[in-house]
Amino acid sequence: MVDYTYTLLIPLIPFVFFLLIGLTGHKMKPIISGLIGTVGLGIAAILSYLTAIRYFWTDHLAETGFKSIKAVEVTWLHLTDKLTINLGVLIDPISVMMLVVITTVSLMVHIYSIGYMKGERGFHRFFAFLSLFSFSMLGLVLATNIFQMYIFWELVGVSSFLLIGFYYEKPSAVAASKKAFIVTRFADLGFLIGILILSFNTGTFDFQLLTSPTGPAITMPGGAAFMGLSVLTWSMIFIFMGGAGKSAMFPLHIWLPDAMEGPTPVSALIHAATMVVAGVYLVARLFPIYALGAPIALNVVAWVGGISSLFAAIIACTQTDIKRVLAYSTMSQIGYMMLALGVSGYGGHDGLGFMASNFHLFTHAMFKALLFLGAGAVIHAVHSNDMKDMGGLRKYLPITHITFLIACITIAGIPPLSGFFSKDEIMVAAWHHNKILFSIEFLVAGLTAFYMFRLYYSIFWGKATHYHHTPHEAPYVMTIPLMVLAFGSVFAGFLPFHALVTSDGMPFEAHIDWSIAIPSVLIGLVGIAIATMLYFKVSVLPDKVAGNFGSFYKWAYHKFYMDEVYLFVTKKIIFRYISEPVAWFDRHVVDATMVGLATTTEKTSHLIKGMQSGRIQQYGYVFVTGAIALVLLFVYLW
Amino acid sequence: MTGTIPLQYFLVISTLMFFIGIYGFLTRKNLITMLMSIELILNSVNINFVVFNRYLYPQNLQGHFFSLIIIAIAAAEAAVAIAIIINIYRNFRSIDVDNVDEMKF
Repeated sequence: MVDYTYTLLIPLIPFVFFLLIGLTGHKMKPIISGLIGTVGLGIAAILSYLTAIRYFWTDHLAETGFKSIKAVEVTWLHLTDKLTINLGVLIDPISVMMLVVITTVSLMVHIYSIGYMKGERGFHRFFAFLSLFSFSMLGLVLATNIFQMYIFWELVGVSSFLLIGFYYEKPSAVAASKKAFIVTRFADLGFLIGILILSFNTGTFDFQLLTSPTGPAITMPGGAAFMGLSVLTWSMIFIFMGGAGKSAMFPLHIWLPDAMEGPTPVSALIHAATMVVAGVYLVARLFPIYALGAPIALNVVAWVGGISSLFAAIIACTQTDIKRVLAYSTMSQIGYMMLALGVSGYGGHDGLGFMASNFHLFTHAMFKALLFLGAGAVIHAVHSNDMKDMGGLRKYLPITHITFLIACITIAGIPPLSGFFSKDEIMVAAWHHNKILFSIEFLVAGLTAFYMFRLYYSIFWGKATHYHHTPHEAPYVMTIPLMVLAFGSVFAGFLPFHALVTSDGMPFEAHIDWSIAIPSVLIGLVGIAIATMLYFKVSVLPDKVAGNFGSFYKWAYHKFYMDEVYLFVTKKIIFRYISEPVAWFDRHVVDATMVGLATTTEKTSHLIKGMQSGRIQQYGYVFVTGAIALVLLFVYLW
Repeated sequence: MTGTIPLQYFLVISTLMFFIGIYGFLTRKNLITMLMSIELILNSVNINFVVFNRYLYPQNLQGHFFSLIIIAIAAAEAAVAIAIIINIYRNFRSIDVDNVDEMKF
């Protein structure tokens, strides 16, 4: 057995630095707290790379298939002899891959933030929260059991809440952080219910036991329990609800666009690369159960992913806030990953979708973080989020321009950049499973290329906007992370994922299926071509095209009125017909009983308080009167 | 013996004195008046002691001695009470019982 005990340090270092910066940061110079946080993440990143290299290559685990290894495990809560809650570190292909993704992106975001957040109030607070987030996210992916994962899942939600509401003086930021927290909490309720059902029926929280093909979960007797679905299917659907909330899947996606109120590096780290893929990671972590025990739940995953990706791609084509375009794009790409998991089978080449999903997760983290950080550099230069205020920026921001272009080509799926490889694997997996889902993804691929290049042209080409002051390129501390991530976006596609991250740990052979790859590249090129036609030069064409779509355009522009639907459902239905009667009952029945008791007591005491006046004369009067009355009674009436 | 004045006359007087004392004690707010009422009650008791001793057991003297003790005690009590009343007056500039309720609430 190979010793991986040191991996415990990977989440603990950010945690220690969180405490350090959080408790003593206000006494340091801001730049020092930033540097400390960055160094901490740097150490964690080096350890993660070391782990990845050892696990995947130098420890020769591949020959027997990648096993999951419990590096550390301690019993945290000893509830009964059978039921204990443990904390530990689980090392397996997906957790190692996530370690690399999280620490890389987090490190880049740390470096970038030193430049981006310079001079902001609460600089050290920002870095403390970033460290807290990194700790929680690393703890989430390393969890050995589903309960530990749930704990860190909530911690991640809290860090996200804190960072979205970082500008807590802005009402919109406060509202957005509340919205994100409440929506994901609602989804986590489903997650908790799912965990309870699953663990009640299997008697364990442990991932290794749960996902073992001969374990208690998969061999659980099926049979309809409720509405024609088995207990296991229901629990997996509930667990997926938690994942869908965190990953902003339709219809629980409404918090993600608003979450863009947070600082841009936060959007890059949390709402593009790491936290929002936690849902994908959750499904991937429990994948054997989905694939072998609950195929219906897996189908739900596929369809939710497919619908979300199409839905978000259409909205992204109409938005003008550049961060919102990227937010919808993120939602769309996560839809891809979910769909890939949903169409995957277990083991060998059937597990192509599983591999493709993780592959896409990996490449997406690189290029989407790059896009967000690039957008941050643009916002930093222009001081606006709206693409109407931008145009012709390529002259002023050469490095940002080039790296942004690379990211756009990558996400559009043009070979040989990384997005092509991962997207192609998803397409192939979808093609073999379900033609309808494949055609949705095919359409989305075109839409993705279109809206990304619409964004790109609107920022860097198009009209030469007059700026109040000449925009200037960001400092090196911001452009170097861009270049590193651009490097990652270009070359991550050459990683042999099919030999490393597979559903059953055994490597398999995967080739590019050109009969699917060529059409998907072509539709990407078509999307780019349309975007070039419409947005390369200033013209009236975009408005005309929008006019042709008529009310559909308006619907998409208003995000299909999802926010309004939610408002209607919550305010007009839930609040009025459930909350208000409950509040009335509380106020007029529960409270009124208590108030009534108090009032009665008070009134009564008012009435009888004269009896204890402390006036001796009064007492004497009563006494004498009573004595005389008794005497009269005894003398005359007895 | 004397026989001219019946026992009941004395008892009526002492009963009247007793109830006048009770009435005064309960209704008056002035401490001196209340003290005087208490003296009336004591004296009505004295009359009863003396009268019953004289009419029922003329050969014994316990009743007489009792009333003498009561008179002595009452004198001492009156002295103490007056001292208290003077102190109260110095503190409150009043000897009205309704004003002397500071320690009560």
